[in-house]
Amino acid sequence: MGVRTWIEGWPVYRQLTGTDPLGRGAAAQSDRSKSLTARTETADRVAKSVCPYCAVGCGQRIFVKDEKVVQIEGDPDSPISRGRLCPKGSASLSLVTSDRRRQHVLYRRPYGTEWERLDLETAMDMIADRVLEAREQTWEDADDEGRPLNRTLGISSLGGATLDNEENYLIKKLFTALGAIQIENQARI
Amino acid sequence: MAEAHPVGFQWVIEAKNRGATVIHVDPRFSRTSALAHTHVPVRAGADIAFLGGVVNYILSNEKDFREYVLAYTNASMIVSDDFLDTEDLDGLFSGFDPKTNTYDESSWMYAGHEEHGQAHEESHASRETASAQQHESHGPPLPGDVRRDPTLQHPRCVYQILKRHYGRYTPEVVEQLCGVPVDKFLAVCEAWTSNSGRERTTSLVYSVGWTQHSVGVQYIRTGAIIQLLLGNMGRPGGGVLALRGHASIQGSTDIPTLFNLLPGYLPMPHHAQHVDFQDWIDDIRHPGQKGFWANAEAYAVSLLKAYFGEAATEENQWGYGWLPRLTGDHGTYRQALDMIDGKIKGYFLLGQNPAVGSAHGRAQRLGMANLDWLVVRDLYMIESATFWKNGPEVETGEITPETCRTEVFFMPAASHAEKEGTFTQTQRLLQWREKAVEPPADARSELWFFYHLGKRIRARLASSTLPRDAGIKNLTWEYGEDEPSGEAVLQEINGFDLSTGKPLSTFNEMKPDGSTSGGCWIYTGVFADGVNQAARRKPGSEQSWVAPEWGWAWPANRRTLYNRASADPDGNPWSERKAYVWWDGSAGEWTGHDVPDFEKTKPPSYRPPEGASGVAAISGDDAFIMQGDGKGWLYVPSGLIDGPMPTHYEPAESMIRNPLYGQQANPTRKVYDRDDNPTNPSPPEPHTDVFPYVFGTSRLTEHHTAGGMSRQLAYLSELQPEMFVEVSPELATERGLEHLGWAHVITARAAIEAKVLVTDRMTPLRIEGRIIHQLWLPYHWGAEGLITGDSANDLIGITLDPNVLIQESKVGTCDIQPGRRPTGKALLAYVEEYRRRAGLIPGHHTPIVTTRAPEDADGQQ
Amino acid sequence: MGSNSLYGPLDPAPDAGYTDAPPRMGFFTDTSVCIGCKACEVACKTWNAIPDDGFNLLGQSYDNTGGLTANSWRHVAFIEQPRSDSGAATGVPGAFAGLPTGPSASAQSAVIAATTGADTGTAPGLPPAVDALAAAGTVDPQLFPAAGTGPQFLGMPQTDLPGRTSDAPRTDFRWLMMSNVCKHCTHAACLDVCPTGSLFRTEFGTVVVQEDICNGCGYCVAACPYGVIDRREDDGRAWKCTLCYDRLSDGLMPACAQACPTESIVFGELASLREQAAARVETLQSQGVDSARLYGHSDDDGVGGDGAFFLLLDEPEVYGLPPDPVVTTKDLPDMWKRAGLAALAMAASVAVSFLGRRG
Repeated sequence: MGVRTWIEGWPVYRQLTGTDPLGRGAAAQSDRSKSLTARTETADRVAKSVCPYCAVGCGQRIFVKDEKVVQIEGDPDSPISRGRLCPKGSASLSLVTSDRRRQHVLYRRPYGTEWERLDLETAMDMIADRVLEAREQTWEDADDEGRPLNRTLGISSLGGATLDNEENYLIKKLFTALGAIQIENQARI
Repeated sequence: MAEAHPVGFQWVIEAKNRGATVIHVDPRFSRTSALAHTHVPVRAGADIAFLGGVVNYILSNEKDFREYVLAYTNASMIVSDDFLDTEDLDGLFSGFDPKTNTYDESSWMYAGHEEHGQAHEESHASRETASAQQHESHGPPLPGDVRRDPTLQHPRCVYQILKRHYGRYTPEVVEQLCGVPVDKFLAVCEAWTSNSGRERTTSLVYSVGWTQHSVGVQYIRTGAIIQLLLGNMGRPGGGVLALRGHASIQGSTDIPTLFNLLPGYLPMPHHAQHVDFQDWIDDIRHPGQKGFWANAEAYAVSLLKAYFGEAATEENQWGYGWLPRLTGDHGTYRQALDMIDGKIKGYFLLGQNPAVGSAHGRAQRLGMANLDWLVVRDLYMIESATFWKNGPEVETGEITPETCRTEVFFMPAASHAEKEGTFTQTQRLLQWREKAVEPPADARSELWFFYHLGKRIRARLASSTLPRDAGIKNLTWEYGEDEPSGEAVLQEINGFDLSTGKPLSTFNEMKPDGSTSGGCWIYTGVFADGVNQAARRKPGSEQSWVAPEWGWAWPANRRTLYNRASADPDGNPWSERKAYVWWDGSAGEWTGHDVPDFEKTKPPSYRPPEGASGVAAISGDDAFIMQGDGKGWLYVPSGLIDGPMPTHYEPAESMIRNPLYGQQANPTRKVYDRDDNPTNPSPPEPHTDVFPYVFGTSRLTEHHTAGGMSRQLAYLSELQPEMFVEVSPELATERGLEHLGWAHVITARAAIEAKVLVTDRMTPLRIEGRIIHQLWLPYHWGAEGLITGDSANDLIGITLDPNVLIQESKVGTCDIQPGRRPTGKALLAYVEEYRRRAGLIPGHHTPIVTTRAPEDADGQQ
Repeated sequence: MGSNSLYGPLDPAPDAGYTDAPPRMGFFTDTSVCIGCKACEVACKTWNAIPDDGFNLLGQSYDNTGGLTANSWRHVAFIEQPRSDSGAATGVPGAFAGLPTGPSASAQSAVIAATTGADTGTAPGLPPAVDALAAAGTVDPQLFPAAGTGPQFLGMPQTDLPGRTSDAPRTDFRWLMMSNVCKHCTHAACLDVCPTGSLFRTEFGTVVVQEDICNGCGYCVAACPYGVIDRREDDGRAWKCTLCYDRLSDGLMPACAQACPTESIVFGELASLREQAAARVETLQSQGVDSARLYGHSDDDGVGGDGAFFLLLDEPEVYGLPPDPVVTTKDLPDMWKRAGLAALAMAASVAVSFLGRRG
């Protein structure tokens, strides 16, 4: 930066020489202010999404920079929501990025008094073992009259109303094939 | 609606700005009331009385849209001579069996078809399996050839039966029961009826708290009767619109994670009713019935092909034998009680927090404390994962970590931004979400979790020869190496022509011969032409107001169901102003702004030949094509557990004796009569004055359900930072409650504390000459999060609607006292003392049948 | 510089030296369609990464924000207001017309229960039941000494709660909501008194604090006639609505206006917003909402008109707004010489220190 440029960037110089003698506008604008730009404009990409809260189904645009979500706001193209969001939808960015979010598997052993860390693979194996064990212990082949039951009442599941259709499909498919029927979600509540 | 669905409410504001009148009927003055022209405070639990009064007003003043009613409803159909009304039987319909508290429904049927009605045993099985839920996409079976009286004069025609049934629901009775002054009630009736008809339509919007009643289905039925009588169904600006509360709760009903359903509302097989494949299919399609369910076999076989692939063959009945069978009620509340009884080993919670969000929180938590293992998948730490160390029962000593054996896995979940897939919103619209970023660290989608859980289980069973493992071994379960492709799963749901490998475009292409697959027939078409139709995002500003190119709606991208009714019987729009779908005679097809909900080339004049069945039996003016008789039902001859017409019953907990009938509450409601699930006394039981107030719960704009997605966020927590209870100034005076002071609310289940908000938005009502106070609580609080507090759902017991097994959690009775509740063991003793005073001692049973009619004297008085 | 650019009608951006300024931009907040959802508060905080304001139940109806602060640049006020004008003429009786007042008859109730129920041998421990119908009409003052003794102070913002006596029967009720925000005054006292040039007028005519310049002196806080601008406790600097200056620069709408579900917050060119607002008032009045009026729309008011103005349904005081705000620097020209000299002296010393540092 040459001295002249530097001097021209100096508010009082601009105030005294420019169109803003009171120094309340153009002359007072800082370099930071001058270079301000919306972070949505500098995002690497935008994902078209849908709000995860209620069932109105408002369109969301998720702005991503350096593989981080930097802003979530309403999608003006949506004929449902026309770009608007309620306070919950407007809080989606913190829902996704809050440091209170849990990122690691936690395990509470029987009679334990505190959480412990567990790695994901181990947890998956343990859960698979427990599903099979519960199924084995509670399996019912047939009713009193010999009609097939082909099921277990030892396993329950609750949830799905906040999940994707594809996820619900796999959940129901897997549990049904395992003979687990006590599969429920918020629609019963 | 403004309160819980603010962005949807923009359309109400827009309508209001264009001159629409907005009326809000709610016990509490909410943010919706603030923007409505009129707020009508009513007593919680008296909705059928209110709406029945509207029906009475319509019928006694002949305000119905007669041409519509004659053409498109069952008003003219003649009902069996055997039918007796609640007006005749002191609150029961004919066919009641006090031993099972269910109905033999044959007398409800149309004349001459009594044998089609459900008998007691069937009705009992239907209640246990919430079979009415199957009717979300279609009506129950019915014969097509029914006697009719188009003059509507026959004393046993539906119109006259309806008129007699609601004859006593006069404005004066509405005032007595609901607390709504006569002039105000009449103003609502006048506004509703004058804004309906050929030129105008009225929309009825409810939020799903309406379903959370022991008569929840009948609430909605009453609304539907009004909308049918006024000609508001299947027409633009009309309808009965459910505002559902979770991003894909509609989807999780369509592709159900529900015990009694398979995808597309196919019933889960029942051990006695559906022993083999043919029993199952015939029970769905009812041979000889008209309508699209005649093709049920194609839908069912396609589902089994999607599940079991090559292994599903005609010889093995497409793998039907591998499906598990129901024996009765396996709903979430039955499960919670079974957990307490030690019958259930393991429990998955998938973005759901029953410790706060389900009724009777204490039963939920005690149940979870008695499991072998629990898997909680969520974004944030929730109460259901920490009941063993932070729950209210830890404070009372009922649960101690050192003695609680439940092994708990907390698995971090991927957020909506971190996975691709579809949500189905409240209007049946599927919208595809693109994945923005990878989930952090160990967080995974449900798609990943269940795929890999399934892979592990299949690997462990690979060498099994047990018959029980054949289903899981034969399951098609190849979705790639790591994260399954959401699109691949959506394609499987859509279905394929297995001979060409091409995606199906409509469920009409499904075949019962195993040559097609499809995981959810009503979703077929979402991948029509191999294109993800749910991902369509043509801007709303660049298409018609119906916006058919935004997302995809089931079925067949139809935005308004039964829209054939938007045209008159001859196929012309009822009016130019309300034109939506109509018959284009010159082109020989149905056309309009939406996808016609009718066979495209079937003319209005079509009449089925003698003996026709299935789709061919649908007449050119049968606008309600999924109903067994093609008509909108003012009267339900079959398919509901608790009666063919909505009848005012008091809530399971009420301090008011039902003034209309001896039968106090819904006689068929599902009860779990156990000491750990007490019900506050209602008349004619004594001691109703122990719990002298009515309470209700609902949401705040600033929070979401059980709080897991809102009480963890600072920006939402600061907006509503504490649990509170709203009371009127009158109630505050009566109980000595101070604004912003503490109070506690007591029921037979629990006592919870909250800060008091004294507000004019709550008002006492005059009911039956008495003054009744109502108080209101939000239900978002629990022990985890940035802001914590007691849970309103702890107050609520488990009593269910018989049709769908949803709990009555939007009305109950309670006491409220100033100050904080006791803590520790003193809390248990405190609630116990209330129970004792209320007579809820061991051995007490809540009476179910309370009629005074002599023929029911053998009921449990 | 005009004859007096500290008072009177004026287009502020050209006055502040922008030779090619875009049209003046602003907010029109139409409270008649505000649903009090607070999306504006959250959208603002999300976009501007503002800290939360603490978790305090204030009991001011549903307002737990309390006011505009350094950490809340939008604030939704809630006013619970008993009155006969429901805000819209429908011919339908008011919300609470005809509803009862006075205490409940609950303790004397359950007549049928008491007379028909079988005695289970338990003791409710309450007074014996009497005829509820009669009880509702004639409440025994012995049982309810508090009944009918007139209003009682309940700690509410409005102390005169109606409806608890038969002398003041319930009639109607309304719940006003308003999303408040910095007014971006034509004559902004905060800007006029700012000694550092942190507060400045943008090319859009809005008033913005430059966080890289503010030194936390706090002069602006005292100067604001609306009590808007505020210092943040931890960093001491002044913060307020920027009308999303960064977004405006890129042709985007401010975050609050983008989120607002019902278009209660409208963003646009101030001139056309004023036309829109005038038409809206006319429409509302023609619908019988006589109380509809604009606030802060006039060039002739004490601040030369607000860049963010409002449609209200009652007097400004009801919403906590000053009825007749005047720019606190109205008389500044008289003081200008001394102040100007002081400012120049300060600027000179700053320049010296700058030069010194560069050296």
